[in-house]
Amino acid sequence: MADELEGISLGQLPPKERMKIPRQSMPEQNPDKRVHNFNEVPRGLTPEQAVHEAQRCLQCKKPKCIDGCPVEVDIPAFIDLVANGKFTEAAWKIKETNSLPAVCGRVCPQEEQCEGVCVLTGKYTPIAIGYLERFVADWEREHDEMKVPEIAPSTGKKVAVVGSGPAGLTVAGDLIKLGHQVTVFEALHKEGGVLVYGIPEFRLPKDIVKSEVDFLAKMGVEFKASYVIGKIKGVDELFEEGYDAVFIGTGAGLPNFMGVEGENLNGIYSANEYLTRSNLMRAYDFEAEGTPIMPGKRVAVLGGGNTAMDAVRTSLRLGAEKGAIVYRRSRKEMPARNEEIHHAEQEGVEFQFLTAPLRFIGDENGWVKQMECIKMELGEPDASGRRRPVPIEGSEYIMDVDTVVVAIGNSSNPLIPKTTKGLETNKWGNIVADDDSMATSRKGVWAGGDIVTGGATVILAAGAGKKAARSMHQYLMSL
Amino acid sequence: MFKIRVPELVEKAKAGQFIILRAYDNSERIPMSIGGLDRENGLLTVVVMEVGKSTAEIVRMKEGEEFKDVVGPLGEPTHIKDFGGTCVVIGGGVGIPPIYPIAQALKDAGNKVVGIIGARNEDLLIFEDELGETCDELVITTDDGSKGMKGFVTDALQKLIDDGENIKFVMSVGPVIMMKNVAKVTKPHEISTWVSLNPIMVDGTGMCGGCRVTVGGKSKFACVDGPDFDGHLVDFDELMKRQAMYKDFEKKAYEHFLHKCKIGLG
Repeated sequence: MADELEGISLGQLPPKERMKIPRQSMPEQNPDKRVHNFNEVPRGLTPEQAVHEAQRCLQCKKPKCIDGCPVEVDIPAFIDLVANGKFTEAAWKIKETNSLPAVCGRVCPQEEQCEGVCVLTGKYTPIAIGYLERFVADWEREHDEMKVPEIAPSTGKKVAVVGSGPAGLTVAGDLIKLGHQVTVFEALHKEGGVLVYGIPEFRLPKDIVKSEVDFLAKMGVEFKASYVIGKIKGVDELFEEGYDAVFIGTGAGLPNFMGVEGENLNGIYSANEYLTRSNLMRAYDFEAEGTPIMPGKRVAVLGGGNTAMDAVRTSLRLGAEKGAIVYRRSRKEMPARNEEIHHAEQEGVEFQFLTAPLRFIGDENGWVKQMECIKMELGEPDASGRRRPVPIEGSEYIMDVDTVVVAIGNSSNPLIPKTTKGLETNKWGNIVADDDSMATSRKGVWAGGDIVTGGATVILAAGAGKKAARSMHQYLMSL
Repeated sequence: MFKIRVPELVEKAKAGQFIILRAYDNSERIPMSIGGLDRENGLLTVVVMEVGKSTAEIVRMKEGEEFKDVVGPLGEPTHIKDFGGTCVVIGGGVGIPPIYPIAQALKDAGNKVVGIIGARNEDLLIFEDELGETCDELVITTDDGSKGMKGFVTDALQKLIDDGENIKFVMSVGPVIMMKNVAKVTKPHEISTWVSLNPIMVDGTGMCGGCRVTVGGKSKFACVDGPDFDGHLVDFDELMKRQAMYKDFEKKAYEHFLHKCKIGLG
């Protein structure tokens, strides 16, 4: 470790010196090269860059960044450790509140969270908190310094976690440390949930997810994959079998379709299917893995979120000549992370804003060949606060496509609510859970993540997992 | 035909449901109908016909080997009740095994059960004895007439109807074109006809929509809303087109697999 830090001057600098350091820029794979591979786009800061970036931090007396973080990571504390070259300790500091820093450092929308409220935002450039979080998490993993924390003595209590996505993994990690017995049930054959089936390799390498899961297993968490709670066993039966508490983190696994004519034509995918084939089933390596996916020459992805960006960038990597985003509002309203939109632009994705599909047109063999679209304009704000798109009469036109990915959002998968007595859901099918404790209407059952909020982010799911674990622990100790 | 020891799954499974199999770590997930449930011994019967890479892998597995993943029971079970008349269960080719547990369940519910099974020739007929024991009557058809009645299952069904059998319910499992034709035969007589659909699937739990089928003009997911649907409402033509989506890939993967086998890499 000493070698890698040679020549770098560590420690805190006087404020004037700090302000002189520019925000470090992330080394990235060249756009022309990276559209032909599935390797990560950002390469990660060098140790020297990490120290310089950490030294920029003003170590505010009243840090705004902590409030901006959905799980309140002690950001100034971890950054101070980085400035002093204590990278592994910095990772451990983050893990006191966020068990998935290697993931969050890569996928959090920092510009809307910690970096968005950093005192340097606006007039200056905010601290690259995300880059630093990623750096220290990777450092800890690559230097094999993942510390197995001290596990409390066994409480004799059993916890069932349904779903191995960010919410479930966080609950598992927190409760195992407190001495409870934890079993995580996962419907798919690999653990990780959206981290493994939804987010592509070039944004979140699966080795990282595997190492998080392995770490939990090392701490004693039991994993049962290919085990669909709600089919092979219901939540009620879990209690009968002796589990004392159940956490439901089954996610937003119900794809939304447009409901327009022609949507069942060959070549039209939900984003879930397209990404699951590519990410979980590794369809991009057909030779080795055997799962097919239509590469498409002219691909249209409907939607403007991170999932849409993932899908269109995946299509380029699968060999599409043209990958287009078709979004009914404008760039300003797109919910995707700025970084992902920027990367997509660099890679040559075409953006068709203020456009909505009306129907799909197929050929005689049932394959989609065209999409009829209509131009939109922005009217008054709707329930989400964004300006409502309104069709412009007479602006219909035909677009040639051979593959379409519908990435307009996901709703909560209904399996658990359908098969569990006394579990209250709202009108969208999301499980109702208390804001602070994440407790549901059913005694002994907690829920968090997309199943409660509808499709949202990894960090929100992790945050919900933290809250739930706290409440579950209190409950278990009171039994 | 083989049996898999999955006690927890077998305990929960009901006739009409299916499982998803993965032979090895980089194998595809493929759906398979349940051909038999032995709850005492925790054994599930599956019948697999080699038609491509994934089935070729499975068919070559040896006794004692373990599947990497067996997921289930998936889908909704067949809706069983006392129909107050004759129930006809129709199985074609690899569709024959799944009608066996369905026939048993219908019999247990107090129905008279007539079975019709068909195959291209007598060598491809299976579960004759099992169905012969369970059904009140079993009619066999072969395309070439090598056994039983020469013709299709629909011919046998038409004969039953013409002979005045009081049919209250028809359950049909087999190639899509067969199920389509069965529904055509019963439609003018308004006999409740259900079919078990087999679109391409990926996850099998309703999260990807790959298995969507159009039933009564609405889009449904075969893996969670089905696999059974009202045969008179299913868009069979669309299903056949969707099933052919990866034909070229499937051919390539199968050829590659057979080649690997030949040169000793399988």
